[in-house]
Amino acid sequence: MAFAQQSSPHAHHARPTSRVMLWVIIAALPGLFAQTVFFGWGNLINVVWCVALAMACEAAILKLRNKPVAFFLKDNTAAVTGLLLGLSLPQFAPWWVSGIAVMSAIVVAKQLYGGLGSNPFNPAMVGYALVLISFPVAMTTNWAEPALLWDGAPGFSETLGTIASAQQTAVDGWTMATPLDEYKHKIATRTAEEVLAHPTFGDGIARGWEWVNAGFLAGGLLLVLLRIITWHIPIGYLAGLVLMSLAFGNNADQYAPLSLHLLAGGTVLGAFFIATDPVSAATSHQGKLIYGAGIGVLIYLIRTWGSYPDAVAFSVLLMNFAVPFIDHYTPPRTYGHHKARRGVPGRKQG
Amino acid sequence: MTQLWDFTGGIHPAENKHQSTARPIRDAGIPDSLVLPLQQHIGEPATAIVSVGERVLKGQKIADVSNGLGVPVHAPTSGIIENIAELPVPHPSGMNDWCITLRPDGEDQWIPLEPTRDYRNLERGQVLELIRDGGISGMGGAGFPTNIKLRPPRDRKVDTLILNGAECEPYITADDMTMREQADEIVAGLKVMAWILRPERCVIGIEDNKPEAIEALRVATEGTQIELAVIPTKYPSGGEKQLIQILTGMEVPSGGIPADIGVMCQNVGTAVAVSRLIFEGRPLISRIVTITGEAVREPGNFNALIGTPVQYLLDQAGLQPDKVNRLVLGGPMMGYTLTTTAVPVIKTSNCVIAATATELPAPPPEQPCIRCGECAEVCPMELLPQQLFWYSKAAEFEKAEHLNLFDCIECGACSYVCPSSIPLVQYYRYAKGEIRVQRAEQLKADRARERFEARQERLEREQQEKEQRRKERAKAAAEAQAKKKAEAEKAAAEGDAVDERSAKAALVEQALARKKAKTEAAKPQAPAAEPAQDKPDLEALEKQLAQAQSKLETMQGMLEEAKAQQADNVEKLERAVAKNHDRVTRAEEALADARQKLASQPESQSTE
Ligand code: SF4
Ligand code: SF4
Repeated sequence: MAFAQQSSPHAHHARPTSRVMLWVIIAALPGLFAQTVFFGWGNLINVVWCVALAMACEAAILKLRNKPVAFFLKDNTAAVTGLLLGLSLPQFAPWWVSGIAVMSAIVVAKQLYGGLGSNPFNPAMVGYALVLISFPVAMTTNWAEPALLWDGAPGFSETLGTIASAQQTAVDGWTMATPLDEYKHKIATRTAEEVLAHPTFGDGIARGWEWVNAGFLAGGLLLVLLRIITWHIPIGYLAGLVLMSLAFGNNADQYAPLSLHLLAGGTVLGAFFIATDPVSAATSHQGKLIYGAGIGVLIYLIRTWGSYPDAVAFSVLLMNFAVPFIDHYTPPRTYGHHKARRGVPGRKQG
Repeated sequence: MTQLWDFTGGIHPAENKHQSTARPIRDAGIPDSLVLPLQQHIGEPATAIVSVGERVLKGQKIADVSNGLGVPVHAPTSGIIENIAELPVPHPSGMNDWCITLRPDGEDQWIPLEPTRDYRNLERGQVLELIRDGGISGMGGAGFPTNIKLRPPRDRKVDTLILNGAECEPYITADDMTMREQADEIVAGLKVMAWILRPERCVIGIEDNKPEAIEALRVATEGTQIELAVIPTKYPSGGEKQLIQILTGMEVPSGGIPADIGVMCQNVGTAVAVSRLIFEGRPLISRIVTITGEAVREPGNFNALIGTPVQYLLDQAGLQPDKVNRLVLGGPMMGYTLTTTAVPVIKTSNCVIAATATELPAPPPEQPCIRCGECAEVCPMELLPQQLFWYSKAAEFEKAEHLNLFDCIECGACSYVCPSSIPLVQYYRYAKGEIRVQRAEQLKADRARERFEARQERLEREQQEKEQRRKERAKAAAEAQAKKKAEAEKAAAEGDAVDERSAKAALVEQALARKKAKTEAAKPQAPAAEPAQDKPDLEALEKQLAQAQSKLETMQGMLEEAKAQQADNVEKLERAVAKNHDRVTRAEEALADARQKLASQPESQSTE
């Protein structure tokens, strides 16, 4: 009899990466649903387009790199990158803008760095930041007007046509600045009350946006419950943003109020779905808290004093830079040790 | 109620324990032959003290360890010693080792047994000696000789004695069944160990997934001061360090032993062995082994003689050979695969899993690490498995060591959860192995360097002594020649020409001397006059040396003068001096050689 030779452990019960990613996709559905309900078909079309293109790019590059295409494609990580871009890009972003975002995310930020697991930066956010810098107009003017569902909203084919066409003639009638953008630009000359009277803010905090963020919050909590992500990064992130907002932004006539920060932009999506990308985040619990808090603080800083209204992408990327440093200084204390050994020594000389 | 603490990490693998607890412990009986490895535990292998063909009785000592760490081996039944040879033994590497093969005669005849009911009247050392003599080594993990373990370092006091009945590995139920069926013996053995150690606290730690065992122990410990601590089921709560943390809240210092914090852990099986030895006089010759897995029809626990081949036990449990895919000795988390069923049960063997391919499937192919941190979440030692993996893979062992690689208990929890199916533990084993090899090599290199340096030092010293002697000789010669200086000064006036001429003359002289020496060397072919023949040679050499020396002096004198006058022939003179210096040295050497020869010749002749 020949017996199989294997090294221990002989039992495995891993949730394969593909399943983890599938859960991420599932968890994003409530948010996507809310987006579709309140902002029309744009996000859904973007998601489908971005996911398809992301997988195609991934396959092409894997082929070029002589890697097993099906093996890696099955891990669903490219799909998640596409999904995240589809969720965060403006609803009427032209197809080629989102296409460039996806391609730079997959090809440059992910595969050129060595593929799955080797990318120091969050690929989706690299793509997002790239198109935001390169095509600022397309990226800021294509946000769908909320609640347009109720007054002559563009249907599916109209939306698709707008996204697919080169000249976006129809778009002007359906779009407006995001609430954060609106607030930031108007508050300089008006009072909070006047600014908030704008229809984009609706009766609540920011029409439609609250629901979208609530949807992502539900999905995010599901991920925490399933132990796909730990609570450390989202909590650190939200705490950083809240504390900054409380410390600096208590005057609504000067800076956007906390409620807007939390619910009027990509905050919750960023907290649970983007900042938690394990590959580019810090690893230890302590490190994750610091990493998350850093993103939260940066978001506030950039939104308030920078020139980009929603700062999730830049904040995440900036903190990605800091990850090796954070990891270096936050190793856990090993059992039986007096103190944690911080960092790793370089090669000894001589 | 005992206060419990938690340990970080841990996992909940499928238990698969009910299969083997369905029926009571079965007696495996006596196989056709028993194979008894001489080394069944950490420490020194035992030496056989019986010879092939000898008849031995059950319980008779057949191998012993005279010095160093180790315990004897006893015959598990009566029979004939058939063989002492290298045979396959249970080991991760699948290696062979020295074993005594015993052919049972079926009579199962005991040596006379000497129980020690009144062990309390003995010295502690005597009881420990009995335990050693009974061949008892730890029956849970690595199998450390129990008598040594029960003798903590002099400056350490054991306050807490823990009996480890956690048995957290899936599949294994040997301890569970032992606790169910032999609870009284466990308590008796624990009392003996407690008498030796005098701890303040005795705790039996047991996972809450063993209600029957808990009940049995509850009955057995009634009226004693032994605490029964029922701990939550979580792997690896049965790891020594984790169990100590659960029961005491303390951590064993890295690189230390439990006794450093006043704790000691023993296995429940070991307690039974101690009880049997003390109260019945029976050495350790059998143990409970779980035979399980989907490839056996009747999984269960067997009371097997040490040395029983695994194949024999598998047959008793109804092995279906066409189904078995993987054979694991130990649990699925930390056990290792067997290459052959010919290996015997030894004192530390607690479980054999005959697994089908669907039961323990081959792991999926390794994928890149996605830094998900699952591994760090579950690591009970609070390590960073992912970083350890990274450095181990990149052969950056220093960094891995710095991240406490050697604190890894190889529990496998990290591999178990890794979504990328990375065989993490395998990398750690590899890294640890490499580091050990490097250390051993470093040690060897250090030793070699020390030896080399010592030699170098000796050579230098010798060289210096030689130099010293040479200088003294040169000084003496210089003094002897001092009077000739005047002559030399005269010659100096003649300048270059003299130099050339005298150099030439010296060459001629040398050539003559050589010729003379040759002819003289040719002459002594006549055997008679050797000592006599040597003498003129010596004289000639002496003369030659003297000449060369005088020449050198002359030259030196000339050089000094030329230097003083800053003449332009200084360089030339310097060369001439150097040349002559060489000449003197050569002459000296030749003379010394000749003298030595002369001195040794009479001896060599006398030996002829
Ligand atoms: S095998 Fe080592 S690194 Fe992995 S979980 Fe166990 S102790 Fe931690
Ligand atoms: S569990 Fe596996 S994939 Fe996740 S961080 Fe650890 S080694 Fe990497």
